[in-house]
Amino acid sequence: MPIKSYLAHPHDGQKERLIEELSALKECDVLPSQNKEVIVLVTDTEDEDREKILKQKLEAISSLKLLAMVSGFNTPQNN
Amino acid sequence: MYTSISNRRDFIKKMAQLSAITAAATMFPGILFAEEQEEGLPKGGNLDWKKAPCRFCGVGCGVLVGVEEGKAVAVKGDPASSVNKGLCCVKGYHSVMALYGKDRLTKPLVKKNGRYVETSMDEALDLIASKMKETIKDHGKDAVSIYGSGQWTIPDGYAASKLFKGCIGTNNVEANARLCMASAVTGFLTSFGLDEPMGCYEDIDYADVFVLWGNNMAEMHPVLFSRLLDQRLKRGVKIIDFATRTTRTSMAADKSILFLPQTDLAVANAICYEIIKNGWVNETFVKKHCNFSKGLTNMGYGLEDKYKFKDKPEAISFEAFKTFLEDYTPEKVEKISGVSARDIKYMAAYYGDPNKKVMSLWCMGPNQHSRGTWMNNLIYNIHLLTGKISTPGNSPFSLTGQPSACGTVREVGTLTHKLPHGVVMKKEHREFAAKIWDVPVENIDPKPTYHTVEMFRALDRGDIRFMWIQVTNPMVTIPKLKRYRDAAKKEGRFIVVSDIYPTPTTDIADVILPSAMWVEREGMYGNSERRTQYFEQMVQPPGEAMSDTWQLIEVAKRMGFEKQFYYKEETHVEEIYTEYRKHHDNKKHNMAPLQVLKENPGMQWPYVDGKPTKWRFNSKYDPACSNGEEFHFYGKPDGKAIIWQRPYEPAAESPDSEYPFWLNTGRVVEHWHTGSMTRRIPVLHRAMPHAYVELNPGDAKRMQIRTGDKVKLTTRRGEIVLPASVNERGVPAPMQVFVPFFDESMLINDITLDSFCPISKEPDYKKCAVKVEKA
Repeated sequence: MPIKSYLAHPHDGQKERLIEELSALKECDVLPSQNKEVIVLVTDTEDEDREKILKQKLEAISSLKLLAMVSGFNTPQNN
Repeated sequence: MYTSISNRRDFIKKMAQLSAITAAATMFPGILFAEEQEEGLPKGGNLDWKKAPCRFCGVGCGVLVGVEEGKAVAVKGDPASSVNKGLCCVKGYHSVMALYGKDRLTKPLVKKNGRYVETSMDEALDLIASKMKETIKDHGKDAVSIYGSGQWTIPDGYAASKLFKGCIGTNNVEANARLCMASAVTGFLTSFGLDEPMGCYEDIDYADVFVLWGNNMAEMHPVLFSRLLDQRLKRGVKIIDFATRTTRTSMAADKSILFLPQTDLAVANAICYEIIKNGWVNETFVKKHCNFSKGLTNMGYGLEDKYKFKDKPEAISFEAFKTFLEDYTPEKVEKISGVSARDIKYMAAYYGDPNKKVMSLWCMGPNQHSRGTWMNNLIYNIHLLTGKISTPGNSPFSLTGQPSACGTVREVGTLTHKLPHGVVMKKEHREFAAKIWDVPVENIDPKPTYHTVEMFRALDRGDIRFMWIQVTNPMVTIPKLKRYRDAAKKEGRFIVVSDIYPTPTTDIADVILPSAMWVEREGMYGNSERRTQYFEQMVQPPGEAMSDTWQLIEVAKRMGFEKQFYYKEETHVEEIYTEYRKHHDNKKHNMAPLQVLKENPGMQWPYVDGKPTKWRFNSKYDPACSNGEEFHFYGKPDGKAIIWQRPYEPAAESPDSEYPFWLNTGRVVEHWHTGSMTRRIPVLHRAMPHAYVELNPGDAKRMQIRTGDKVKLTTRRGEIVLPASVNERGVPAPMQVFVPFFDESMLINDITLDSFCPISKEPDYKKCAVKVEKA
């Protein structure tokens, strides 16, 4: 059950679109910055396979310029 | 005590989010996350934003507090503050929530027949005054004491010092800052003759290299750390984390170097060895501005009651110092420190490079150290040998952990030996204070009494019978805690505790006074960079809660000191500050007038001719320099700083076959010190609900311990069971464990050791021997 957090950087002028596209994914919690071009993204998936599928979906988002992982947790290993 | 799996998932998600917010804040200073920060804010509200210093750590971030309908409802960083430039950490953003915990103390409570009974404030204050008078009559003036903190505002500490030292005539005045920065003070005094950093936070904007000495800045001083990271993005500066454990700071640093506990003494000497060997000494600077000295060695560790130590400084030559360092070649030091000779040379090369400006930063690592004064001296040695001091970007910088550890404890002087200006031992300092305080000079006792640990030992022995504890939680923080908790409960002791929430310390009280917190009253704090910051009263305190200053004034008046405590309720903070400024009325320490503090996001002292002093001892910036040279270390009679010969000596207790691990204790980013405020902020409590023990993954694997498993820690003082944390936030080196101290339900200080630095009397919370078992 991986939980990961990222900083998502949009392409110029596409922050709102990126917020919408990320918010549409049920595994994603989105926290946009009020004054900077960056979005905090927390993903919560059931297992490694679903994590991989989500990663592919994220990579396909055209408004996303860069996705930088900040932290990663894998709860089954730790509990 | 333990979280369920579902709660734990929420906790981990929150942690993940907080990590990302922190990372974003380090990349984009001033970044705002409205949804997170404005949670609970009335929609469409008409907020009145007022400035204050943050309530929590010693960085002293400027914040704007949003007030609506008499309630503080929001916080944002003050963009006008040069400290934080609009940024806050997670604690700062949520700080107003600490005002509104459900169990705020609102009524005075008096213990009667083993139960706490509500009473009026007048009655409680009468009782305190009469108990103090009775104790003094029966047992003498040195049987009463006050124990405050670096969270005391300047007026709180000033009133306490004036009442106890000036009026009652006892030096039984101490503060919890003894536990966190006393070694910094004695380091400054022995090396420079004057306390507090010569530089300021602006050094960050000029330095090329940052060496963090045992300092987890990413968690403990996150806003300042974000300024370091910001400089790395802008200018490519280097950050070196020199520590005993891998932390978030290590992960963000350019280089992480681990050393074995206590051996920082040896590594610092090895750096000096390299500087001299390679011809990197700034000879002109050293000849003009430095002397060399050595002191006594094998001082002991203060483990026994009534331990005394007085150093005997002796001048030595540069050649003698050079010979002493022969024992500290990188190759020799590698064997005891675990730091490769290559890494020692790597650090030395940065300090030695004349084209690199270097800032050393430290906090509890070198301070909470059984040779803490020596460690501070050794870091100064490096900067003095290379002449990298008192100029923008060249700065040995001792950070503090509390909002007014500097402003109140160090500057007002709420330690047993101190006066607002000078020390009780010097006749001229006593005369100066007595005149301002309007007391006979004979009232001020020339002999210091007890430092903090010894004060609690005196309570145990019965030498102290009355103790008033304000705005601190010693029943969580004193090392070897069980002895002192039992002491406080002994027959014939009377304990008063002023606080805002119930704590393990209020549990030992005979009288509990509800205090007004932070912006519920008016006051000032002084931060790590000599910046004094004013805050007005913004909201009413709950119930009968009263500021610690006014509690002291009311008791002083009841004890017959109306003449000295002439202050009016509506103007007492201004009156006290105006009186306090007289103690520092000189070019070396002048404080800015109150009106200046009100109009600015703080002002640094010395404040001379309408200007703050950013870099002391440098004649270009500091009007107190008077020797006609570029630098003037005017704290010493001959104007020269001292390079100290300080050897490596082992810790008071080291691992052995019975207790084979090192135990290290400290803090976490979510909670401030003992958590009495931050654990009442739901988002912070959920993010970090309880303490844990961090283990090295290799040790954990060998012992078949996984995260969440119960682990028993046993020392010679007792035992405690905590959940394990493996490969999570911090990773200790092999055969070391780390436990945070914020959790009152898992009191790690029950098993720590009360050894201390013989010069500063600051306990070493970072090192004792422990047995680790799967419970």
